[in-house]
Amino acid sequence: MLKENGILFDVTLCVGCGSCYKKCKEVNSLPQANNDFLKDHLSNNTYTVVEQYDKLYTRKLCMHCNEPACASVCLVGAIKKSPTGAVVYDGDKCIGCRYCMQACPHKVPRYEWSSTKPRIRKCIMCNNRVQEGKLPGCAEICPTEATLFGNIDKLIEVAKNRLKDNPEKYYQHIYGLEEAGGSHVLIISPVPFEQLGYVSKLPKESMPEFTMRAMEKIPSVVVGGGVFLSAMYWLTKRKNQIAKEEKNNTHGN
Amino acid sequence: MKINEILKPTFWKVVSVIIVTIGLVSTFYRFTRGLGATTNLHDMAPWGLWIGFDFLGVGLAAAGFTIAATVHIFHLHKYEPMVRPAILTAFIGYSIVVCLLVVDLGRPENFWHPLVMWNIHSVMFEITWCLICYTTVLILEFAPVVLEKFNLTAPIKYLRIISIPVVIAGVLFSTLHQSSFGSLYLIVPGKLHPLWYSSLLPVHFYISCIASGLSMIIFESFLIARAFPKDEGFHHTELKMNILSGASFAVLVALIAGFLLKSYDFINNGKISLLIKPSAETYLFYLEIITGTIVPISLLSFKKFREDKKWLYIISICVISGLILNRLNVSITGLIASSGVNYFPSFDEISITAMLVVLGVFAFRIVAKNFHLFEAAESHETVKERI
Repeated sequence: MLKENGILFDVTLCVGCGSCYKKCKEVNSLPQANNDFLKDHLSNNTYTVVEQYDKLYTRKLCMHCNEPACASVCLVGAIKKSPTGAVVYDGDKCIGCRYCMQACPHKVPRYEWSSTKPRIRKCIMCNNRVQEGKLPGCAEICPTEATLFGNIDKLIEVAKNRLKDNPEKYYQHIYGLEEAGGSHVLIISPVPFEQLGYVSKLPKESMPEFTMRAMEKIPSVVVGGGVFLSAMYWLTKRKNQIAKEEKNNTHGN
Repeated sequence: MKINEILKPTFWKVVSVIIVTIGLVSTFYRFTRGLGATTNLHDMAPWGLWIGFDFLGVGLAAAGFTIAATVHIFHLHKYEPMVRPAILTAFIGYSIVVCLLVVDLGRPENFWHPLVMWNIHSVMFEITWCLICYTTVLILEFAPVVLEKFNLTAPIKYLRIISIPVVIAGVLFSTLHQSSFGSLYLIVPGKLHPLWYSSLLPVHFYISCIASGLSMIIFESFLIARAFPKDEGFHHTELKMNILSGASFAVLVALIAGFLLKSYDFINNGKISLLIKPSAETYLFYLEIITGTIVPISLLSFKKFREDKKWLYIISICVISGLILNRLNVSITGLIASSGVNYFPSFDEISITAMLVVLGVFAFRIVAKNFHLFEAAESHETVKERI
């Protein structure tokens, strides 16, 4: 059985060397966009970035949600949650409606706007490498183990232990554990996460839940609506008939 | 009509030809250079004018199912003369919407994928299928008009047999996708401005499309009366005030229902304080509610205004503007604040949209001139009455 993997990123360990950024470009054969990696941002050529906030460095990448909004809204199922934990994309299926970009609570998916055959671009947690038994590029190269890759349950344990063992060092929250229903990328940091540019105040329930509450009413609308309309058709027809008969009767008399 | 007459240049003909020509050039650029070169769409604003226009186009084409249901399901035969124009409007409206959707797709050549690749959890999937099914319904509903022109009575007989199930299916498909356009935004609670975000969005969309679809057909009746006058050989195009004021009463009911629902939503979710928070969104919200709801409700409440041609015309424009504002607010302006970028449609986006609108009006004229659009052919009820 495939095990569900994830990434744990520890802001306190990150030295801002940019190795993950460069390695990500290398394994995904992406062009260098910017000489200064700290100034780059997520784009169709950049799946992860390192950002500086005062003396702290943090990473932005696809969060690989447990129940991804992007996958739930994709009408052709081009985006899927892989059993390995990664949220993967099949460009051959994609029709380019870009609902995934609209729906993503973390504002991650990017688009190849300048192409005539555009694709959605984002981190796929190096799913192909992982299936070959390798680590994702960013986790393999990280010199300080700020980015860890492994079984998601074990990573949650590690994160919880770090928060418990060093309460003075960490802000007591694991970003990604509950945000938008939880994700396979977890982040721990010494400061609140809105200070690091993360989308805060995300609901704890998964995003597809919001849609499902409306979608699950569809069968009853169809059945109820069908019965109602058929009944109204019959009733109003009958009513007109009776009215006509009465009219005829009075005329007849 | 003679060739000379068709080629005779008039102001609107010249304008239309210019708009269509520019639109065609833009369409060519769009497909050869891609979305990035021709639109102002952005990673943070992935949906723009085209999607916004689809929203309001579908909303304004809603009379296709409401009028069909009024006449064929509820047997209010008074409204029979509105059926064909309403169905044609819906069909043309949906055709524009489908064209714009294809233009907007990043991979238009893959447009058929939803037919074979299914994700039933996606609202977009449901909308796509409803659009396909409902357009089929509209074709079936309008087919008799075309068939009778060519005296093909045999197929009309078969269409009559299935007509009631077809109308019922049309109402159900419309109910589903009209509301689902609102459901599209249920998944972005953090992005869409709370003035518009609500778990009741699908219901808001459904109620408002009923009011505005009917207003659209009222508005159209005025245009039809002017564009196809009796002295040019058209029949039954004159304004029938008893029908119009009846329809405007339905608009009033739908607007009040929508207003009550919105009030309930604001009170229940503690959003009242948003109404006094000065921001661009608040002003746009007021503009939308005042033009599209409050003014029409106050005017339509008086019988005097419901039965006055001029006022009815103005009111229908108000309701239509309200819907346009609402759909653009939900799909564009309500998302600007959270996206952090200012989106304004590019020249190509506007010109392609304008081209499709002009072509839609042109199509309506062609059909109106060549088919029995206004002389509602005898319904089976009237036929039966004669027997």
